[in-house]
Amino acid sequence: MPQIFHPSMNTISRLSIFGFVFILILIGFIGWALARSPYQTGQGVVRPQPIPFSHEHHVGDLGIDCRFCHDTVETHASAGMPSTEVCLNCHSVLFRDSPILAQVHESQRNGTPIMWTRVHDLADYVYFHHGVHINAGIGCTSCHGKIDEMPLAYRAETLHMEWCLDCHRNPEQHVRPRDAVFDPHWVNTEAKEIDPELLLKAHDLQSRTQCSYCHR
Amino acid sequence: MHHAPAKTSASLVARGQVPREAPARRWYYGAAPGQQPLHAALLVSSLLLLALAGCSQEMDEQPRLEVYETSEFFEDGLAMRPPVEGTVPRGGLRLDVHFFEGKVGGQLATSWPDDITIDRAFVERGRERYDAFCSMCHGLAGYGDGTVVARGFPAPPSYHIDRLREVPHGHIYDVITNGLGRMPRLSDRITPRDRWAIVAYLRAMQIGQHVEVDDRLRAEVERATAVEKSPGDGKGRPHE
Ligand code: HEC
Ligand code: HEC
Ligand code: HEC
Ligand code: HEC
Ligand code: HEC
Ligand code: HEC
Repeated sequence: MPQIFHPSMNTISRLSIFGFVFILILIGFIGWALARSPYQTGQGVVRPQPIPFSHEHHVGDLGIDCRFCHDTVETHASAGMPSTEVCLNCHSVLFRDSPILAQVHESQRNGTPIMWTRVHDLADYVYFHHGVHINAGIGCTSCHGKIDEMPLAYRAETLHMEWCLDCHRNPEQHVRPRDAVFDPHWVNTEAKEIDPELLLKAHDLQSRTQCSYCHR
Repeated sequence: MHHAPAKTSASLVARGQVPREAPARRWYYGAAPGQQPLHAALLVSSLLLLALAGCSQEMDEQPRLEVYETSEFFEDGLAMRPPVEGTVPRGGLRLDVHFFEGKVGGQLATSWPDDITIDRAFVERGRERYDAFCSMCHGLAGYGDGTVVARGFPAPPSYHIDRLREVPHGHIYDVITNGLGRMPRLSDRITPRDRWAIVAYLRAMQIGQHVEVDDRLRAEVERATAVEKSPGDGKGRPHE
């Protein structure tokens, strides 16, 4: 009977045993990295918007409160997006003839909505509620980053489950006084100094990690 | 380590030092028939694993509509529907004209609605709402010097003029609800109760900014606040 395997197969088979393990690890790592990369999470990625609306100008420079435009953020699951009328509160006078605002006026005339590109979008099997977080004392910038420095909005966080849980395990590290929730400049000085247990009690919070809070 | 002669020759072949026969080079294709599916399976499964990392499953986008999504079902393409015209939502009946329109007997109300108790918390609530919804035009202290005005928006009158000190509460409520001239209506974003809270805060502000100051009081205040007056930042806040 002729030899099926050439002697060189010895090395190759040995290599492929180790190689297989190595490749498995590599694939695992690539998968892990890919799932966390901006390509997959959209973190830090600026999307094209119909109008180049700048939070840097409106929030950072003018100091307009989030609620002026995102008016359901304290009470509803959704933060709410500004209607055309909101823009026209000021732009009926300011920059009226500027071409970048042409779409706002067109929307007003025809009653067609301005179609913003979504920046954040959780999977539909996850339940999220803005009001709960705002009333618990979690500020916008804890989740949306330095929005007052963004000429165009982008995702500051991965929105992965592990990110939600990182906070839900120790929420007391992130709470702020109620009147600082909308303040983009707030810095946390309290959490480092005070015992976490006390802080948790003081803010009447619990660590919420049960699956059914978010997957209902 | 001791090497059997066969192994030595194999590794030499692998390094290409011994002239090889053609089949040995094509090891992959030359593998035993039973091994071919294994290689293929490995290749496919590793590709699948890779693909998994980048895949988005149907659970992510379920066949239900969320707020602000589009829908092809409706003519205007919006998933969110406005209430049918002429309908009143539960608990949305607005019979109390004083509370909801700021009017009593067709005249602007000079009194507070019965439902409202004016206490510290209520005025504080009004301050919070005022800062969020009015201050960028009217300024934090109500002098009509907000940041938006600094960029060319027509300046509103200061609240601290006699005419506005004397207008009925209902007038201020009405201006928030329906707007006036260049002032937009803000009733789409502020609830009636919050509008009254803002009116209360505005009244408190008017009183606070209109204290009769005699020379003795002025001297005392100046001594107590012996800090140099600095120009505002346009929002009525002094510079740090
Ligand atoms: C003058 C109106 C205005 C104000 C004030 C404002 N926003 Fe926005 N915001 C918008 C508009 C318009 C968009 C949609 C365009 C975009 O995504 O950039 C938006 C988008 C966003 C988004 C991304 C939404 C998405 O698609 O996922 C976030 C997050 C956000 N705003 C947070 C804030 C926060 C936090 C504040 C207060 C610090 C704030 N905004 C104040 C008008 C405003
Ligand atoms: C409270 C007043 C106000 C509201 C509400 C407002 N803007 Fe503006 N907007 C301004 C002012 C003031 C400027 C000029 C900013 C500057 O000069 O720094 C401006 C500038 C702009 C510009 C010019 C580019 C830039 O950023 O400088 C665009 C585009 C714009 N706004 C879009 C919008 C849209 C869209 C909305 C509605 C979601 C909106 N604005 C709501 C006051 C407002
Ligand atoms: C605990 C984290 C968290 C906080 C705090 C938070 N957000 Fe969000 N925000 C999110 C997430 C997550 C989404 C995506 C929601 C979805 O896809 O259903 C989102 C979405 C949004 C959107 C897009 C519209 C929507 O609701 O889907 C806007 C606008 C927004 N946030 C504004 C704000 C503002 C303004 C504040 C502060 C008052 C705030 N957010 C506070 C996590 C947060
Ligand atoms: C920065 C901190 C923080 C982050 C990030 C965060 N949360 Fe929360 N979340 C809280 C706090 C604080 C509470 C209120 C806990 C309490 O009342 O005891 C809360 C409550 C909730 C609740 C309400 C639970 C209930 O039924 O009372 C849900 C649902 C929720 N979070 C979902 C999410 C999801 C989904 C994400 C990620 C997209 C997320 N949260 C990210 C801090 C956070
Ligand atoms: C604080 C909110 C929160 C809690 C609590 C939570 N999850 Fe999640 N979960 C999420 C979010 C947000 C995602 C979406 C992740 C994404 O899109 O990448 C998710 C995704 C998942 C997925 C899909 C796979 C993935 O990671 O993308 C599974 C499975 C899952 N969760 C299981 C669980 C189980 C089991 C528990 C209880 C031990 C749990 N979750 C508790 C927020 C939560
Ligand atoms: C976009 C800028 C803007 C915002 C926001 C705004 N106002 Fe005004 N307001 C004006 C202007 C401009 C006038 C002058 C109107 C006129 O006489 O044409 C005015 C006038 C007024 C007057 C005087 C009416 C009179 O009889 O002369 C009152 C009172 C008033 N505003 C209250 C408010 C309150 C309360 C809020 C917040 C809930 C508010 N405004 C928000 C721009 C604004």
